[in-house]
Amino acid sequence: MKIISLRLALQTAIFAIVFAAAGRAEVRGAAEGLQGKLEYCKTCHGLQGQGYRGYYPMPRLAGQQPKYLENQLRAFIERRRTNPVMFNVAHVLTPSMVEALAAHLRELNPEPYGGAPRESLALGKTIFEQGLPESNIPACSACHGPEAKGNNEIPRLAGQLFWYTEKALTNWTKERGQGSAQDTSAIMVPTTHNLNQSQIAAVAAYVSNLK
Amino acid sequence: MKLIKSTIAILAIAFSAAGSLSADESLQVRNCTWCHGTSAQGFMRAPRLAGQRDQYIENQLLSFKDHIRDNPRSQQYMWGAAANLSPETAHDLAAYFSTLPPNAADDGDATLAPAGRAIYEEGIAESNVAACVVCHGPNAEGVREIPRLGGLSYSYLKERLEQWGEGFHAAAGPMPQIASTLSPNEIDSLASYLSFVAYDSAQ
Repeated sequence: MKIISLRLALQTAIFAIVFAAAGRAEVRGAAEGLQGKLEYCKTCHGLQGQGYRGYYPMPRLAGQQPKYLENQLRAFIERRRTNPVMFNVAHVLTPSMVEALAAHLRELNPEPYGGAPRESLALGKTIFEQGLPESNIPACSACHGPEAKGNNEIPRLAGQLFWYTEKALTNWTKERGQGSAQDTSAIMVPTTHNLNQSQIAAVAAYVSNLK
Repeated sequence: MKLIKSTIAILAIAFSAAGSLSADESLQVRNCTWCHGTSAQGFMRAPRLAGQRDQYIENQLLSFKDHIRDNPRSQQYMWGAAANLSPETAHDLAAYFSTLPPNAADDGDATLAPAGRAIYEEGIAESNVAACVVCHGPNAEGVREIPRLGGLSYSYLKERLEQWGEGFHAAAGPMPQIASTLSPNEIDSLASYLSFVAYDSAQ
């Protein structure tokens, strides 16, 4: 009898939780929680963190290096990276939450978003693997790794949205490039200046297809 | 003489009827404008089609046909209207309506518009409300398959946002998730703001 009533109590409790969670008020109440924040990230960055092409391209976060994510979130707050929306988002995240979010996103591995133009993938591969010595462009793979997975503060490029990488490389000095002791984005300044627009498109298309 | 007069009268009627459909004489357009207004600016609860993104209109027409968009008014009016639509006709209708210049409905609560604008442009990070601007654009102009929201009517915008929270049109990710984070007051503010956003021909 005791077991039965315990089981009944447990079932009732589970039902209560399920019903409460279904309410809109509860969804907002959970906003402080990690799960709520994670879903918030995925609202814009894709339900599996694969990125999303809205009016602006929202980058893939899946499989990203935690160190890089932490640096960028700090860069938004310190206005080293200009983005009013991400400034607000980064502002409400505690360091421990950033750490937990980055650890979770690191483990996601959805298929690339796709949609990049296909006509200059060969040039993109050459730039990525060998660079263009005559234009002072080093091989991307030297720092980002042979599979473009990144390392610590150096970001993963594999599977990144074509339009995002293209925009980042085109506007580098406008949007970032100031760097800091932890943020190495200043390293990219000369390279982004030396790449022309069709080379940018080629390498952005190439890495967007890598898994 | 009497016969000539009546012939002229008939011709006059015929020409005036043609005038109201001058942009396109196809029967399909007229079937749309019965409800959406003669210049497709929206009428009563039927949303404006003028200036809407062509890929969006086309997708929606097909999603009515496939019953993916299942809002109450969709079921009542658009499921039937789209039932026998060929993909080619959906494409042509979308192309036609997207080229008409849209007028702003201007029918929201102006006192709520500043709050709506703040949500639209910045979101509310504390309560996990996404900023609409990142997908719908700085002037709510939309792009590709993402709809133009600027100047749609208050009542239409409000109803769509409410119904996502109620589980309708659940396949249209990520909108169901986003709308479910909005409070009734935030929905009111957003719908009000957007109703006043004017069309910029450059966008």
